[in-house]
Amino acid sequence: MKVLMKGNEALAHAAVSAGCRHFFGYPITPQTEISAYMAKTMPKVGGTYLQAESEIAAINMVLGAAAAGVRAMTSSSSPGISLKAEGISYMAGSDLPALIVNVQRGGPGLGGIQPSQSDYWQATKATGHGDFQILVYAPSTVQEMMDMVGHAFDTAEKYRVPAMILADGMLGQMMEPVTLPEEKTAEASSKPWAACGHDNKREHNVINSLYLTPNKLEDLVLERYARYQKIQETEQMAEEYKMEDAEMMIVAYGASARVARGAIMQAREKGIKVGLVRPISLWPFPVDAVRSNGQKVKDILVVEMNMGQMVDDVRLAVECRTPVHFLGRTGGMIPSPIEVLKKIEELASKSK
Amino acid sequence: MKDLNVLFAGFGGQGILFAGKVAAYVGLLMNKEISWLPSYGPEMRGGTANCTVCISDEEIGAPNVPNPNVFVVMNLPSFDKFIADVESGGTVVIDSSLIDKKVERDDLNVFYVPASEIAEKNNISGLANIVLVGKLFHEMKFASMEMLDKAIEYCVPKSKEKMLDMNKQAARLGACFA
Amino acid sequence: MAVVFQKPKALTDAVMHYCPGCTHGIVHRLVAEVMDELNIEGRAVGIASVGCSVMCYDYFACDMIQAPHGRAPAVATGVKRAKPDSVVFTYQGDGDLAAIGTAETVHAATRGENITVIFINNAIYGMTGGQMAPTTLPGQITQTTPYGRDVETAGNPIRICEMLATLDGVALAQRVNVNDVKNVRLTKKAIKKAFQNQLDKKGFSIVEVLSTCPTNWGLSPVESLKWLEENMMPYYPLGVYKDWEAQK
Repeated sequence: MKVLMKGNEALAHAAVSAGCRHFFGYPITPQTEISAYMAKTMPKVGGTYLQAESEIAAINMVLGAAAAGVRAMTSSSSPGISLKAEGISYMAGSDLPALIVNVQRGGPGLGGIQPSQSDYWQATKATGHGDFQILVYAPSTVQEMMDMVGHAFDTAEKYRVPAMILADGMLGQMMEPVTLPEEKTAEASSKPWAACGHDNKREHNVINSLYLTPNKLEDLVLERYARYQKIQETEQMAEEYKMEDAEMMIVAYGASARVARGAIMQAREKGIKVGLVRPISLWPFPVDAVRSNGQKVKDILVVEMNMGQMVDDVRLAVECRTPVHFLGRTGGMIPSPIEVLKKIEELASKSK
Repeated sequence: MKDLNVLFAGFGGQGILFAGKVAAYVGLLMNKEISWLPSYGPEMRGGTANCTVCISDEEIGAPNVPNPNVFVVMNLPSFDKFIADVESGGTVVIDSSLIDKKVERDDLNVFYVPASEIAEKNNISGLANIVLVGKLFHEMKFASMEMLDKAIEYCVPKSKEKMLDMNKQAARLGACFA
Repeated sequence: MAVVFQKPKALTDAVMHYCPGCTHGIVHRLVAEVMDELNIEGRAVGIASVGCSVMCYDYFACDMIQAPHGRAPAVATGVKRAKPDSVVFTYQGDGDLAAIGTAETVHAATRGENITVIFINNAIYGMTGGQMAPTTLPGQITQTTPYGRDVETAGNPIRICEMLATLDGVALAQRVNVNDVKNVRLTKKAIKKAFQNQLDKKGFSIVEVLSTCPTNWGLSPVESLKWLEENMMPYYPLGVYKDWEAQK
């Protein structure tokens, strides 16, 4: 039988199942259950749970553990992720794979503690200073909170880039039935680059992001961007729902995709042909799915729990050939299916 | 089956989230799609608490339901806050030992259950939440008592095993209350 | 032919970039000699901090990680927790350890994180060009205290070893100097102890080395040593502030 689990617990459980044995955290709502689960579980499986003195320290502990070659992670919520920005930039600049979880809440500033998607820009455009990207995954169910973890670790290690799971307070707090993942016992991939002691058998490894010679730094960034290119070509993830005959496309991810799905069911009952493209990877943005579907429809509606941070990415994907509309709530408010339905009806009546 | 969107609401410490979890497990045992969404934050620490449980044959979209069709309520502030939101034709189960107000709407099926009093009399005070759950499932004719027992078994942690029979008794007391 | 001088194995062949009269080179060498003597280079992981010594990742022959400014103790914690058998040390300046990284320093110390910290205190920010450090002396002229450090407005200098000695997790807190041969020997002894403590799982060990910065002090190498002796040593007395062995 499936088991009922909170999104946060499911995520933490999956991390342990994926072979992660090093968790460094700092308390913040609404990611609390991840830390609590790790504090309870890590000692039992011979792992490390360490509550750091700050978000900054926590991400740097992750940096150290990742540099030493193990699967390491931290979790936080919006204001805490801002504090981690420095460390994430250093990890990106040092080509270190690790997992950062953001269970988003409303902002800016201390903001609120209710669910939000207001860190889309931060996650996909500028998680810190410098020319870099990180992998960003947006689960939409508790099962996906679980399934994304192993995938995020694997992909991060494959390309040597940090990965983020961008969840929100709703997904973190809610319970749904899940199927537990398989245990991964051994440390994932071999990491010949790790700084864990050369044992007098090789040259010393240096994990570093400082390059004072500009052309050398440029070369390194270019090499990294070649990897990003490959990621964009091969790692896009999106789910399509009722798009076969759709005349209108909703683009929504995470919690707001669930709301959109509810609205789509109701709109279909009223005869409006609307479907959903749900980005699962936010970076790389699923340009292919959005473009191919977006060019077939008359209207595109982006639904988010922010002020429209994904809208530009959708416009760029369809090269502005299809009008892109927006419906969002912010500050911790969740749009209701009724609100979305009304917007769908409004757009449908206009395009007739 | 018609979707059940149940809102449980009351004070922190009354077992609101637990009652929701029992209801969710009933759905799970019946192979339904389910979701359970709690309120969280400062209100968990002594203020009002609530959670929404959706039970459906279809995949569940938004787990936050602005208009629940079932409302189980254990304090006055929550009663005042949510009673207007309940879908027309919906069911309301009220702990009438804690809330002395009557529902003024005439489009709802309302059950007044002095759950706290019943629990106290039977030496299971603190389990008014499950008394209400027992009443709810009995009235909704949604699940058998055996199913409810099984859900309770899933939800009561091993460390509190002695609570198991008390919870089952509470559910029965609720179901039998006329 | 008899060898009278040899580069420690734990130093690479890279040419160091340090200014004439700067004591980083001496301390690097002492750390490397200790690594050789304890035969730990193979399992050592050094954490370079931000400041003049950032490029020590090129100078030490063991595996190296360059940490964000002030975060070396947190990075070291991550490495040590991931690989408990490794020998982890940080090499940090005063701006890094005692200003931006104070929280990381204090908490790694109080956790008793089993790492070794080499702390270079030269009372100034070197790499950015001579600004006031947390350890800049009262009255000392720097780029950002052009009229001398006024403790009324700029606050007082911080004495790290004295502060850390109050914490239970600290195995060793010792302040040393490399101004003469005798002190260089004492410094090496202290560094060796700080590494030995880690091998013996004794907890957090810090060796604070009073150091010179002729370039930013605006003094010759010889004058710098004199300035250090006359000004820094009275404010930052040498000595052992905490030693687990002495407390047995």
